[in-house]
Amino acid sequence: MTEIYPHKIESKDVNLYYENFHALKGISMSVEKNTVCALIGPSGCGKSTFLRLFNRMNDLIDGVKIEGKCLIDGKNIYSKEVKIDELRKRVGMVFQKPNPFPKSIFENVAYGLRVNGISHKTLIEERVERSLKQAALWEEVKDKLKKSAMQLSGGQQQRLCIARALAIEPSVVLMDEPASALDPISTSKIEELIYELKSQYTIIIVTHNMQQAGRVSDSTAFFYMGELIEYDLTKKLFTNPSDTRTQDYITGRFG
Amino acid sequence: MDYYKRKLIVEGIAFWTFRSLSFIVIGILFSILGFIIYKGSSVISWEFITEMPKDGMTKGGIYPAIIGTLCLIGGSIIFAFPIGVMSAIYSNEYTKHGYFRSFIQLMTSNLAGIPSIVFGLFGMALFVNQLGFGDSILAGSLTLGLLVLPIVIRTTEEALKAVDDNFRQASFALGATKLQTIHRVTLPIALPNILTGLILSIGRVSGETAPILFTVAAYFLPKLPTSIFDQVMALPYHLYVISTSGTNINDSRAMAYGTALVLILIVLILNLTASIVRRYLSKKNNIN
Repeated sequence: MTEIYPHKIESKDVNLYYENFHALKGISMSVEKNTVCALIGPSGCGKSTFLRLFNRMNDLIDGVKIEGKCLIDGKNIYSKEVKIDELRKRVGMVFQKPNPFPKSIFENVAYGLRVNGISHKTLIEERVERSLKQAALWEEVKDKLKKSAMQLSGGQQQRLCIARALAIEPSVVLMDEPASALDPISTSKIEELIYELKSQYTIIIVTHNMQQAGRVSDSTAFFYMGELIEYDLTKKLFTNPSDTRTQDYITGRFG
Repeated sequence: MDYYKRKLIVEGIAFWTFRSLSFIVIGILFSILGFIIYKGSSVISWEFITEMPKDGMTKGGIYPAIIGTLCLIGGSIIFAFPIGVMSAIYSNEYTKHGYFRSFIQLMTSNLAGIPSIVFGLFGMALFVNQLGFGDSILAGSLTLGLLVLPIVIRTTEEALKAVDDNFRQASFALGATKLQTIHRVTLPIALPNILTGLILSIGRVSGETAPILFTVAAYFLPKLPTSIFDQVMALPYHLYVISTSGTNINDSRAMAYGTALVLILIVLILNLTASIVRRYLSKKNNIN
């Protein structure tokens, strides 16, 4: 398809309900290709729920109702023709808590390939190596690929999870507070990584850490009580927010 | 008396009550074991476990009953394990939380509460008569399988519930389907705990008398089965027979203790094997 869409990712007037709870209220925003978008806001503001719209992880929860449109490359991912597993192949996800499978390091990275029907041995080996290199983990694990992933440190486990997500060659990577369970050194490694991955992927990252949002992102969205209060370039939002609630939040007055 | 002193005394009484009660329980267990070993060990010999019973079951061995019990353990597990595990997978992984899931689980619990003699009667009516299997290993195994099905289902459900949801989510997020997730992630992680269900079922199957009474057990049958439609002797029923209705109960008393000891040893050995496999699998998962 040669047509060029204006935005890589876009949400149009999205409402989401958990049973009777209105968790996302009319969210419309867009993220450009090869940029990092940070979602910030106090706990329970809907930023993680919003993130999970784009690989349809909210569908796994009983009693969720979603209205509106979510577009990736201009196509509504909630339309009936979209197959969820195909979508999730294009949209990788990294979770808050490092969650490698209790399998070997190699098998963790190969998992996404195997479940998507790739069984060619050399192809899998190449992809595993490339993904681990992209996730800046290769040098640390190349001699122990057959060892259990559970033996790695928390920071290494999280980079392994990033490698695992990259192995299936997504174009979008969703990160749900990827560094919140890690120590400062591991955190800075993950941040460097996000900065490097930007050239190939479009990344949305949920974070509680305002400095982190400032360091890694191009644009930042501030969510509060299920609403998108402000969305702007990160520089602008952190230095000159236009809403007082944003101002109060980033200066630490609440949340 | 001051408050702190009273608190200390109450704490002490509670501690010693709990401790002595648990010691009593262990004591009872050991005295049963000790009694059986003391009474039975003199009978146990190579001949006892490899020969047919002789002289109105007062001499010879219990070989056919051992083989019979092993057949019934194997047969019922082959039947109950796949069905139990699969239905637990259905109720835990596929149904949503709500009335239907609760209903399935309530039914499972009810099934577990049915007295085993009722299973025996049902097995006789359905498998022996209606389906025409006759008194046979097949009928007995199916009946015992029904009996342990709830145990297998319940422990499998618990094992699946214990699998951290993060693993499932990670799998789905990589584009895996539900079945792929169950097959490659959830089941391998739950397997050590599912094996607990297997261990419990083996113990249950090998000891039950009532369900096999009308469906498979032979009073005296000094030959080995050649097909699944043959009757067999079984250890618990043999024990019952030689203790209550043998030709010479006094002479066969020692044989009874020997039989009991063999029964306990079989369960012990099978449990031990299953524990070793379980430990090996847990280590392989290395989750903690």
